[in-house]
This record gives sequence, C-alpha cells and structure tokens, in this order.
Amino acid sequence: MDKLLEQIKKGTVWAFPGGIHPPQQKSLSNSASITRLPLPDKLIVALKQHIGANGKLLVEKGQYVLKGQPLTEPAANWSVPVHAPSSGVVTDIAPMPSAHPSALPELSVIIEPDGKDEWVALNKNKNPAELSHDELINIIHQAGISGMGGAGFPTYVKADTKQPIEFLIVNAVECEPYITADDVLMREHAKEVIQGIEIMQQLLNPTLCIVGIEDNKPEAIAAMKQAAEHNSKIIIQTVPTIYPSGGEKQLIKLLTNREVPSIGIPADIGILVHNTGTLFAVQQAVYEGKPLIERIVTVTGNTIHKPGNVWALLGTEIKHLLDCQGFSPVPQQSVVMGGPMMGFTLPTVRIGIVKTTNCILAPDHKELAEPGPEKACIRCSACADACPASLLPQQLQWFAKSKEYDKLQEHNLFDCIECGACAYVCPSEIPLVQYYRIAKVEIKEQQADKIKADRAKERFDARKERLEREQEERQNRHKRKPAAKSADEKQKVAEALARVKNKSDNGDEKSAVAAAIARAKAKKQQGEELEPDNSEVAKERALRKEQARKYKEQKSQTDESAETAPVDDKKSAVAAAIARAKAKKAAQALDNAEQATNEEPQSAAPVDDKKAAVAAAIARAKAKKAAKALEEAEQTVSEAPQSDTPADDKKAAVAAAIARAKAKKAAKALEEAEQTVSEAPQTDAPVDDKKAAVAAAIARAKAKKAAKALEEAEQATSEEPQSDTPVDDKKAAVAAAIARAKAKKAAKALEDTEQTQPQELQVDSAAPKSAESNTDDSSVLINADKPKSADDKKKAAVAAAIARAKAKKLQKEGNNQS
Amino acid sequence: MKLTMASSPHNHSHKSLTRLMLSVIAACIPGLIAQVFFFGTGVLIQLVLALVAVSVFEAAIMLIRKRPVWPALSDGSAWLTAVLLALSIPPLAPWWIIVIGCLFSIVIVKQLYGGLGFNLFNPAMAAYVLLLVSFPVQMTAWLPVTDLINTPIGFADQLRLIFTDFTASGFSLDQVRAGVDGLTMATPLDTVKTDIAHGLTVTESMQKPIFNEWAGLGWAWVNLGFLAGGLYLLKAKIINWHIPVSFIVTLAVCSAIGYIASPGTEPGTLFHLLSGATMMGAFFIATDPVSAATTNKGRLIYGALIGLLIYLIRTFGGFPDAIAFSVLLINIAVPLIDYYTQPRTYGHGAVK
Amino acid sequence: MTLFYALIAIGSLALIFGLILGFAAIRFRVEGNPIVEQIDTILPQTQCGQCGYPGCRPYAEAIANGDEINKCPPGGESTMKKLAGLMGVDEKPLAGGEQAEPIKTVAYIREDECIGCTKCIQACPVDAILGATRQMHTVLIDECTGCDLCVEPCPVDCIDMLPVAETKQNWKWQLDAIPVTQID
Repeated sequence: MDKLLEQIKKGTVWAFPGGIHPPQQKSLSNSASITRLPLPDKLIVALKQHIGANGKLLVEKGQYVLKGQPLTEPAANWSVPVHAPSSGVVTDIAPMPSAHPSALPELSVIIEPDGKDEWVALNKNKNPAELSHDELINIIHQAGISGMGGAGFPTYVKADTKQPIEFLIVNAVECEPYITADDVLMREHAKEVIQGIEIMQQLLNPTLCIVGIEDNKPEAIAAMKQAAEHNSKIIIQTVPTIYPSGGEKQLIKLLTNREVPSIGIPADIGILVHNTGTLFAVQQAVYEGKPLIERIVTVTGNTIHKPGNVWALLGTEIKHLLDCQGFSPVPQQSVVMGGPMMGFTLPTVRIGIVKTTNCILAPDHKELAEPGPEKACIRCSACADACPASLLPQQLQWFAKSKEYDKLQEHNLFDCIECGACAYVCPSEIPLVQYYRIAKVEIKEQQADKIKADRAKERFDARKERLEREQEERQNRHKRKPAAKSADEKQKVAEALARVKNKSDNGDEKSAVAAAIARAKAKKQQGEELEPDNSEVAKERALRKEQARKYKEQKSQTDESAETAPVDDKKSAVAAAIARAKAKKAAQALDNAEQATNEEPQSAAPVDDKKAAVAAAIARAKAKKAAKALEEAEQTVSEAPQSDTPADDKKAAVAAAIARAKAKKAAKALEEAEQTVSEAPQTDAPVDDKKAAVAAAIARAKAKKAAKALEEAEQATSEEPQSDTPVDDKKAAVAAAIARAKAKKAAKALEDTEQTQPQELQVDSAAPKSAESNTDDSSVLINADKPKSADDKKKAAVAAAIARAKAKKLQKEGNNQS
Repeated sequence: MKLTMASSPHNHSHKSLTRLMLSVIAACIPGLIAQVFFFGTGVLIQLVLALVAVSVFEAAIMLIRKRPVWPALSDGSAWLTAVLLALSIPPLAPWWIIVIGCLFSIVIVKQLYGGLGFNLFNPAMAAYVLLLVSFPVQMTAWLPVTDLINTPIGFADQLRLIFTDFTASGFSLDQVRAGVDGLTMATPLDTVKTDIAHGLTVTESMQKPIFNEWAGLGWAWVNLGFLAGGLYLLKAKIINWHIPVSFIVTLAVCSAIGYIASPGTEPGTLFHLLSGATMMGAFFIATDPVSAATTNKGRLIYGALIGLLIYLIRTFGGFPDAIAFSVLLINIAVPLIDYYTQPRTYGHGAVK
Repeated sequence: MTLFYALIAIGSLALIFGLILGFAAIRFRVEGNPIVEQIDTILPQTQCGQCGYPGCRPYAEAIANGDEINKCPPGGESTMKKLAGLMGVDEKPLAGGEQAEPIKTVAYIREDECIGCTKCIQACPVDAILGATRQMHTVLIDECTGCDLCVEPCPVDCIDMLPVAETKQNWKWQLDAIPVTQID
C-alpha cells in the first residue's frame, strides 16, 4: 500500500492493454480562448440530462423565470434538478428530440429569453470549509450537477459515497480527438478546478488526489501544477497520449494499477473519479451559488470557420452554436455530438445541448474516413490487440451476428466500454461496436422479459389459487343452505331475465338483445357448470346486467335527443360508446349466424335436406338482421356527428374514429364470411350438392351485404370531414387517407371472395354423381342446379331467395313460440 | 442538405483489407527475386498462371454463390494465395499442377468453407499438400540452381516445358534436371535426408555441389529474401511478431539440441533456418490470420508447435520439408489453442 | 442339473437387480416432471391461451407429451427455437403464419369510455387490471403480458392493444429509422 503510494508520488504510471493512436486534431480548437455566445432566442432544456429519475416540474407554460431558477426539483433517488439558463418566459413544455443517439423525444422546458439575463438571488459562500458535509452535498445536489464527462451520473451521489475513498482521481485526460473543452478550462480556470477538488477532498477525505492529464496538453499541466502547489495532497500526473486513456477504468489502471471489478464500481476499490468540468461546476455552485446552467463546448471540424471552445447555456440549440462559429455544410454532412470515437450523429441540429455535451463536431469527408462497406472478418485480431478491456472483439462479433447471447455474456460482452478502438483498427471495416450495442440491448431485453415472465407466472398461479379458494369458499357456504331455495332463486333469475326481455323488446334492436340474452343464458349455463348452484352470485350478476342494460337504454334515449338538441362532447362520446356496443353485438350476432350456417348443414345433412335448407334459411335471416343492425348502428353513428359537426371538430374526429373501428369490424366479418364460403362447400360437397350451392349463395349474399355496409361506412367517414373542411383541412386530409386505405382493404376483400367462388363452382360440378343417386324429392332441385353449375348462379340465387322467404316465416313462428 | 447518421466510431485507421493483402504480396518480392535469380523465370510463368487461375475460380464461385464478384476479388486474399502457391511449387512443373492447386485452394479449401474468414486451413498450404500427395514426381522435380545446369534453358524453353513437357530441342524435364555429375538433382533438404539414410555424415553430404557453406546453394538466399520481406511486414505492423518469432526460435532450439546430440546426422540450426520454405513459412504462411491462432498467447503456442513439428518431420518423417504439413496440422488445433488462451478481461479475476 | 443351476443363477441375479432397481426408484424418485418445468420457463408466460391451452403450463405439459412446439405466437421464433433445442426436435415455422418477431403490446383502457363492467378484470390471467364495478378500470402496464384476453369481453370496446413504447433503454440502435431533417 505504502509502496503504491510512493510509486504514484514518484510519478509512475502503469499501462493498460491495447489502445490506439488516432489523429489528435486538437490544435484546431485549443489555440483560441473561450468565447461567450450571444444569447440564443430559444432554449430547450431537457428535464432529464443525467442517469436517474426525472425531477418534478416546478414551472408551467407562460411562467416568467429568472436565470438560475430551478425548473424541476428532485423527486426520487438519483434525480437532479435543471435550472433556467437565462431569464425569460416558458413558452412551452413539450417532448423535444433529445441529445441521445436515438433522439427519442424527451420532455423539455422551452424558454424564450427576454435578453435581460437576470439572475435569481445567489447564495455565495466565501469559506466553504465552514460548511458541513450535508450542507455541501445539498448545495451540489440542488445545483443540478451531474457528471459532465459523458455518462451524467449525479455528482451528489458520488460525493456522498459512504465507502472509504483512498484515491480521488480527476479525469482531465480528454483522450478523444478534437475535444479540448477540459484543456482550455484548465488553462483558464485552473484555480477554480483546484478549489473544486478541495471541496471534494473535504467531502471524501482521500489519501491522495491524482489529476491525470495527457502529455499533449503541456499548458494545462503547467497551469494545474501551479494552481495546486499549495496542496501536497494533489498530484498532477502526466499520462501518455493513447486512446482511450480517459475511460474511467483505463484511467484507474493507468494511475493506480488497480482494476475495477467487472460488476463493481470504482468506490469498491477505494477510488472515485470526477471529471474536470464537474469539479469546476462544483466550485461555481459552492463559491458562487451558481447552479449548472452552462458549460464549455468545443465546436470544431473542418466545416466550422472559427473552431474553438465556447461557453454555451444548457439548452442552446446546436444550430445556434454552429451558426455563431460559422458553418458551411458539405453534402452528406454529419454533425456529431461528442468526439469522433464515441460521439453520436444527430438527426437534427435543433437539439439543445445538455450537461454532458462536450463537443459538437462537424467534419468534412477528408478528415474523418467515411465508413466503407463491411467485409469478411479475416480473424486478424487487430481488434483484440487494440481492445483496452482485453476482450476478444472478433469472437464477440461472431456471436453477436449469430445471436448467441449466452456466449456473448460468457465472453464478457458487458465489460465492453464501446470505445470504438476495435472498429477503428478493423481492416474489414466491420462496425463492431454497433453489433455489441445491439446485442447488449437484446440481452437486457431478454433478461427483462425473463423477469417479467416469472412475475407473470407468479401472478397467474396466485390468481388460479385465489379462484380455487373462492370457489371452495362458495361451495362451503352453499352447503349450509338448503337446496330447495336455490330452485326458487333460479326462477327469480328467470323472471328477471324475462322482464329484461320484455323491456328491451320494444326497440329495433330486437335481434341484438335476443342474442345478448342467448349469450347471457349460455354464460349462465356455463357458470352453473363451473360453480354448481351458486344462485346468489348468479342473481347478483343478473341484477348487475339488468342495471347495465337500463343504463344503456337511458343512454340510448339521450342519444336520440342528441340528434335534435345541440349536445356537448360527453354525450356524443356516450353515444359513440353505445353505438360501438351495438355494433359489436351485431357483429357477434353475424358471426354466430355464420357459424350456424356452416355448422348446421354438416350435422343435418345426412338426415334431411329440407331441414338443412330451412336451417340455412334461418341462419341467413339472422345474418340479414344482424347486418341490418350493423347498418343501423353505423347510421346512428354517422348521423349523430353530422348534426353536430359544425359545432365541434372533435366530435367529427371521434365519429370518424368510430366509423373506422366499425369498418374494421365489418371487414373482419366479411373475411369470416369468406372463410365460411370457402370452407362450407368443401366439407359439404361430397354429401350434398345443393347445400353447397345454397351455402355459397348465402355466403355470397352476405359478402355483398357486408361489402355494402362497408362502403356505406366509408362514405360516412369520407363525407363527414368534407362538411368540416372549412374548419380544418388537415383533419379532412387524414380522414380521406383513412377512407382510402379502407376502400383498398374492402376491394381486396371482395377480390378474395371472388377468388373463392370459382373454387366453389368446381366443387359443385365435381360432385354430381353422388347427388344424382339421391332419391329424395329435393333432388329434383339439385338436378336442375347441378349440370350447368358453372353458368348457373342465378338459379342458386333464386333458390336461396325462396329458402330465405321460408326461413323468415319459420323464424316468425319461432319467435312467437319463444 | 440532409444530415447523415452513422454509428460511432466515426474515424478509421485507413488500413483496409486490400491494402493489407497487397502489402503482404509486396513483401514477397525479395524472395521472389531471389527465386527467379536462382531457379529461372519459370517462377514468373507459374505466378502469372496462378494469378489468372485464382481470379477465374474466385469469380466463378462468387457468381455461383450469387454474390458480388469484384469486392471478393479485390480484397486480394485470393491473389496472395496464388503468390504463395506459385512460390512453393517447382518452377518448371507442368501448367496443370498449379491450376489444380488453385482450383483446390480457392474452391474447396476457401469457398466451400464459406469464403474468406471461414476457412479452417491455409488454402495455399492445403493445395500444396494435395499436390504433393497426388503428384509426388512433378512436385519434387526442383531444378538445381541455374549455375549447375548442364545446358541452361531460356525463357521460351521454360514456357514450352511448362505447357508441353518438352523443350524445343525435345528434352524432357528429367533430362534437363540432370546435373553436372549426371545424377538427378534433389533439393538440399532431400539430399541431406537421403544421404544420411545412406550412411553418410552431414559433412560428407554437404560436400556436394548444391551446397554452400551454410545451406543449399540459392536456397539460403531465397530464405534471406523472405526474411527481409517478413521484417518489413513486422515493421509495418501488418503481422504480429508472436508467430514468426516463436516459430523460428523453436526450430532453432530444436535443431541446436539435435546438432549437439548428434553432430554427424544433424545438419544444424543455420541449415534448418535457411533451407526449404522455412522463412516463407514463418512470415508468410503461418501468419495467415484466418487459419492462425487469434490470441497473443495462442500465437506463441501456435508458432512454437509449428516449429517443433517442422523439425520433427524433417528429422524423423518421410518428407524432406514439412512447412505445409506442420501448418495444416496445427491449424486443426487452433480452436483449442484459442479457447485455452483467452486473455483475462479487465476487472475479471486477479483483482486486489 | 446344469439347467437347474443356470436357472437359480439367473433367477437370483434378477432378484438382486430387481431389488436394486426398486430401491433406486424409491431413493432417487423425481418429483414431478422436470421437463415440464424446463419448457414452462422457456414459454413467455403471457397466459394468453393462443396455443389452445388454458395458460402456459398446460401447454408446457402438452409439449412434454408430444404436442407441436410452434403454437406460441407471443414467444415468436426465438421461443420455438429454444423449445426445439430442448426437445430435440426440428425447428418449424410458427403455426398460423405468425410473425417471427412478435410485436410486444400492452393493453390500454380508454378510461373515459370505460363503463366499469369488470369483465376485463375477470378475463385477465395475471390480475393486471385494476378497478371495481361501475368504476373506471385501468391496466397495470408493468404487469400486463399483452395477451389480448381482455379485448374480447369488453362490451364497449374501449381496450386497445398498444405496442410497447420505445424508450432510450430498449431502443435498438436502428439508426436508419431515425427521421433525419435538413440542415436549416
């Protein structure tokens, strides 16, 4: 231990494996002193600029804020606030493209500076040594300081480390080419940086503080040495220029010859690393009371006229930075946030800079090599020689390509720091880092999925157990009651049902209600099977249902009134809900009917043709009714909004949405109908020719109807917006687009039906022999149908019509009976 | 103007695959010059034949595999194979020898395994072994150094020999190869091996005119040529030092031990290092990245094993030279070597 | 006589081995069927029933008994491949032509349209819907498995299956998919 300390004090630096020497390009930007940008006319301050949780918003739209006023307050662990970078008005709080490789929108406060740049009252401290530990931590926390080197880890968490810290390392290496922000900061503000270090020393009390600076920054080294002269516990250590010596783990290895354990953090081995910029921010916060609202950004690259370092307010659009430094873009320009090795390209220059933005690089095509096409890996291992973590990049690459995630983890993929050294040296120009990043996300996702699946399983099992327990309890309760009573209750339920039926019978949605009842009955039966004689619950449920139905009826009444009187939004929403419910029911009824049509003939066929025909007819009738109900539902929907539209755009949009939903359903029904068309004949054909023909006819008819309904729905949608057009062009355009898309779908669906029809006809003509041998009197009809089946759609239609008429009668009778 | 998006890093070392391969080919030039000087222009004819053959085969295979032809050809790996193969076979071997070799190396050894990067074996060496095993007469028909040939043959005659098996005056290759003493000339390695088998000592054997004081006449210079090229490759950081160094050191140590143990039957270190294809093997063949070990520790083991095997086969085996066999045999062991020599990742184990 | 000895020898051998086997059967008894557990851990536990079985475990049992491995749409191709590996059978395309990479969804209740019928709550296999009779319901997004089972029972169709939102954490570095703007 003492030996190590001695070695460090002697100036020993160790080496890490690998590393590369990309062209430095630092002289572009490190010769000029730091300039201050003119105030931009817009500041986009992202709420989250660090690792951790968002803060809680403190301001609202339209509010006037002063420079340095907090916009958020820390809400959860690891959350740090952001502050207004200048005085002005909050014009908006909205998601804006973020300073992240994905540019996914992040909630941001948009401030329009008023030009006064007026500060809030600042709480200065002349002598921080008098402040307590907690006071200092609080100042750092409230100043919104997070790591400014790259990751953006909240500084107050690090500064409050409970583990004993032996070495405080200051990362002033700045190994990325082009970037000189830390270099010029140390040249011009060495004293402040050292004061920041001393605050950290006060907080953490390390044995030694080592400042690592690459040997390509002699001025910074000299400035820092001079500023740190009075403090014997600060050592300025010169490290060789090799990329990526500024990586946290690499720097620790360089300066102390220790390695951070793979799954640990530097504090585990008694080390803490801070970035120079962060320490400067800490000094500003403690001495001046200034929160973190600006930082030094290197604006550089060959397309920049005046490359250099600028003080930029957080939230300044990159465009403003580029414009102020002079920018003449080349074709296929890329703008990189960060350095050329680890930075990311931006999809837009309208992104505000954040606490971690150290460089904006706008290179031309000569200075940075354009990525060539990826070639085959020749296993040359240049990547392994360059890897600072001693990984085997080319093995990882094979595994990443073949998605062998277990192998990737075995080969320590997660120790990759994505420094890009491997991809830099790869002669085959394989984008290795990109492969690793994707693989990492995939692995993390798989792990998350696994956890989620386990939890889902747990919850599923818990639910199963609960249901079983409840059932058991119910049974136990039931045992105590006499069985006779349950029969009584049953009757009551039946009565309730009957009452409900009578009540709802007056409407024009008879079939729908009937269907609902049938369903309810079916459900009840099911329920009884599951939970024998749980009459109490059943009764309760029935009552509930009744209530729901009453509620709906009431709503439908209001719906009717809606057509006459001008109504508010809520009502239309309610109407929409009802309409939707109706539509759904109708669709279900339709489905049922269809199922009936293709089920019944199968079962009935061997017994009696006539019966089958009748059944089919009934089914058809049902389908017809259902279709009608559907149409009506659609009409109500399309009518209701029409009366309102002049009053309200929103309603129209809602109506359109509903219509769309319905159209979708209709399309689905249509598809199903088609399926029955194509299925039914196939199964029936060998048995009975006629049935097939009838079924086909029915299906065709249904398809037609459905198509018609669909068309109407589409018309409705396309008409409504037209009436609105003066109000809103955009909406109309959207609606039109939707309508168009739907029309396309419908057309396709129709095509499909047509395709299936030829098949049916083939089946028809293929089966005549078996039909001829049939002695049933209906065979006359079959004979008439079958020989000319190919050209005889008409007859089938006629037959279907007759059947339909019969079915209607039968159904009437049936209704009367029930 | 639209912004372009790309994945980091946004810079590249400018070391491309093509440049790498062409550099290696360029590094063969000293050895090539030496070989032409001592063994005639037949080498150049073989070289041209080989280059044409591999280009045709590579292009054909890429067409069959429905992949772009030019990117595969232009990476230069096939040409490098051609150069190595042309330098390994006897300069006046019939034309079909080199064509068969190219066919085998490109189509079977490389492309059937999935193309560049997927071949288990060094293509040039696999082809060489195939040819040696299938056509031992043609493959051992090395000419003696030009100075020792009775009637030196010109370029036209060499061309004729390669394509028609006879010179203009009707001599066959065997007749041309007949040396000053009227005996068929074998390579120095072969001669020593045969002589020792016949009971002669090495010193006696080395009295023959095909030797100079170090090793075989001409062969020593060819090896020195390849050594020079290899040193350039090391200097340009195109190959790592691990394989050639461990290869040569192992071979030197083994031969030195052998010489000390039995000076009469062992030709000594210098002879081993400057005979046959030792230097070409050390710098150009064993270092083929695709089929070599990939970790630094692994490379040391890989090179050492090849060196050891070469010595063993040269001394105790049935073939006079053993570069190809040794390289191929150790190629088989590469996955195993790689598996057991993985470097310790940062932060794993050995952490205080 | 030889025959007699042989019979005795064989018989006693059979007896000894029978005893050993019997003892082993009791001593090393395996509780349950471990293969079912293994299959069950591979399945995505959405409990959606799209395989035709009421939940993931029943399907796991069915696979153990020789059912097809390609009936799990939420698991997609990766699950099918893992199952194929575990069961030692050939990989096959997903039944019903499902997408190889299923789009993950979560249920979302349009809360102003919810009538509080509790039907979806009863349908949810993992109790991820919160609410009470005639009170608005809501979905616990973190617990929702995206099984679709709540969509059908809803009488007012106010449940949407929305694709899981892309965040910075699950973003997969599709640089091509980022909309790029002009430099203005």
